[in-house]
Amino acid sequence: MNPASVQLDEQGRLLHFLTLEGLTRRHLVEILDTAESLSGVAERRVKKLPTLRGKTVVNLFFEPSTRTRTTFELAAKRLSADVLNLNISTSSTVKGETLLDTLRNIEAMQCDMFVVRHAQSGAAEFIARHVEPHIAVLNAGDGCHSHPTQGMLDMFTIRRHKPDFAHLRVAIVGDILHSRVARSQIHALNILGASEVRVVAPRTLLPAFVEDLGVRVCYDLRQGLRDVDVIIMLRLQRERMQGALLPSAQEYYEQYGLNEERLALAHPEAIVMHPGPINRGVEIDSAVADGPRSVILEQVTNGIAIRMAIMSITIGAHAHDGRRRR
Amino acid sequence: MGIAIRGGRLLDPANGVDGVMDLFIADQQVAAVGGKPRGFRIEREIDAHGQVVCPGLIDLCARLREPGEEHRASIASETRAAAQAGVTTLVCPPDTDPVIDETAVVELIRRRAEAAGQARVLTLGALTQGLQGEQLAEMAALKEAGCVGVSNALAPVTNTLVLRRSLEYAATYRLTVFLTPMDPWLTAGGCAHEGVMATHLGLTGIPAAAETSMVARDLALLEGIGVRTHFCRLSSAGAAAMVAAAQARGMPVTADVSAHHLQLTELDLAGFNSLCHVSPPLRSPQDRDGLRAGLASGVIAAICSDHQPHEPDAKEAPFGDTLPGISGLDTLLALGLRLAEEGVLPLPAVIERLTAGPARILGLALGQLGPGAIADVCVFDPEQVWILDAKTMVSRGHNSPFLGRGFRGKVTCTLLAGKIVYQA
Repeated sequence: MNPASVQLDEQGRLLHFLTLEGLTRRHLVEILDTAESLSGVAERRVKKLPTLRGKTVVNLFFEPSTRTRTTFELAAKRLSADVLNLNISTSSTVKGETLLDTLRNIEAMQCDMFVVRHAQSGAAEFIARHVEPHIAVLNAGDGCHSHPTQGMLDMFTIRRHKPDFAHLRVAIVGDILHSRVARSQIHALNILGASEVRVVAPRTLLPAFVEDLGVRVCYDLRQGLRDVDVIIMLRLQRERMQGALLPSAQEYYEQYGLNEERLALAHPEAIVMHPGPINRGVEIDSAVADGPRSVILEQVTNGIAIRMAIMSITIGAHAHDGRRRR
Repeated sequence: MGIAIRGGRLLDPANGVDGVMDLFIADQQVAAVGGKPRGFRIEREIDAHGQVVCPGLIDLCARLREPGEEHRASIASETRAAAQAGVTTLVCPPDTDPVIDETAVVELIRRRAEAAGQARVLTLGALTQGLQGEQLAEMAALKEAGCVGVSNALAPVTNTLVLRRSLEYAATYRLTVFLTPMDPWLTAGGCAHEGVMATHLGLTGIPAAAETSMVARDLALLEGIGVRTHFCRLSSAGAAAMVAAAQARGMPVTADVSAHHLQLTELDLAGFNSLCHVSPPLRSPQDRDGLRAGLASGVIAAICSDHQPHEPDAKEAPFGDTLPGISGLDTLLALGLRLAEEGVLPLPAVIERLTAGPARILGLALGQLGPGAIADVCVFDPEQVWILDAKTMVSRGHNSPFLGRGFRGKVTCTLLAGKIVYQA
């Protein structure tokens, strides 16, 4: 089974947006270019386009989130959709309803798009396989598997600063093992032809055979940062200290925290990214997070245009196919 | 009643028989092989021309879901599946509800299996009370009630003192101990082999060391006790090699493997295929090849179905939320025959691993068709091509990753102690 098979129609159009693995450079460039053209909407006096007028987008969040849900909501609203926010972690599943039951109930409300976040890897793909054909499913993060809109907004941010991917060196630092963001970034960078992707972490935070994803492994942060154009810092969850993955937050910061001195090892014009929310003093020093090289807040802003682009593209693919129109 | 099975290729590996021969059955036993005995009255004749006649299959692990999980399956439903699959003897592990740690549960299962009359159902008694790993189960009583061995099923005994004493106690009563090597900490939260596929899919991995470290521990604890020990459901090449080395040292250890671990690998999880969610997990292609080599050399003496029928809901969820297990009775023989077709081992050896091999592990005189043997017989057409279809699957559980796949070789007739329990 091709990892991307559910999300593409016979012509290779994106019906759902579940994972970047298996997509082509053409798909990614289309998303980036569409987002570029949509990013102007925010500067207008009336920040709306009619693309999703009459459509209903459901934010189906089985895991808490503020930033991702909010930017999806803003993106949908700027495309004139009606938006329904469902925070399921606190309602149905607690009552013993299965995921399929929940899905059938929401389908009965005649929606057009599900934006799904779930703690289990593969949840978005599972939902895409089971929804009615007119519904588009966008993955807003599934377990440790994929967070493709985050991956794309990061590519968008990188491209604005470093348009030449062929000479791009990127270091991703931190908890790769549990990170859906890192997996999506790695796939995107490789598809777009980045010259080198490094992952920097202790062995306990790296998955088995991580090189198979198309990365080079560095255990040492100083080596990992040398001459890179982009530094992506990942959030370190506090609970990693309990699972015997790390001895302490202090030692982690000593070994893998990004400060100005270490930043100096990278290319002089390197940018610093972080998917947020940041842990100041755990993985990143405030002076770097708030410094001139940081593009962390730009990433948040760009998330809206990227999500508008992906919503437009998937709804467009459904409109092409009569069976998928409601 | 005298039954003659005529014209088939009789494959009876335990007795070194492989050739076109007639089989005569009377009084629940094999009356003769080859020539009809003087005065034998044929009341029923089964034409087996072009077919293979072999001992009924012996499956070392089938969960029948009764008692305790009758919404999934029952002894009646699953023994019917066994009969149609040529399986005449099933071994039921003790993790039923209630657990098989009291003779009453052994009796209950025996009575229901006898009432169904489709297959011989044997039980493994609990090694520790309630499978809790704390106090010894009443193994002597369980043996007297008919248990063919003791096991803690999928709940490993973590306390090494308890395990060592339970091994010694089992040795006292000459009970074989069935151990499923799974380290609870390395397994916790995991649902896939810690390998390339789990990394791509973002699934929590279970390293092969979860198995090998337990085999190493158990082998060390067994040293000097002399208890017959059977390692259930090996999934890694490393564990197969360790069992081989232990056997070479003369330790009384045996092992089995599930039919699906000989076919599938972690790569079959692509697309989050929950039908391939099993425990222990499907491992790398190198592990599968190591298991195949262990089976071919005889280190692994039995192929089992590890039958775990589920209701559809159990598999209809994101991968990590689904329950592990495959409904394997319907495909046990066909998956074995595939090994012969692929040249992993010759057909007589495949049949041996499905009959005499498991019988030897159980210490029973089943799994062979010499004169006087209990007439458990499987007749199958080795050329019949068929497709596994949920609509025609006999087991109540339709959770098989082989749905829609084609097979060659299908059972046409099954006899249990001389009685025809299935005929196509």
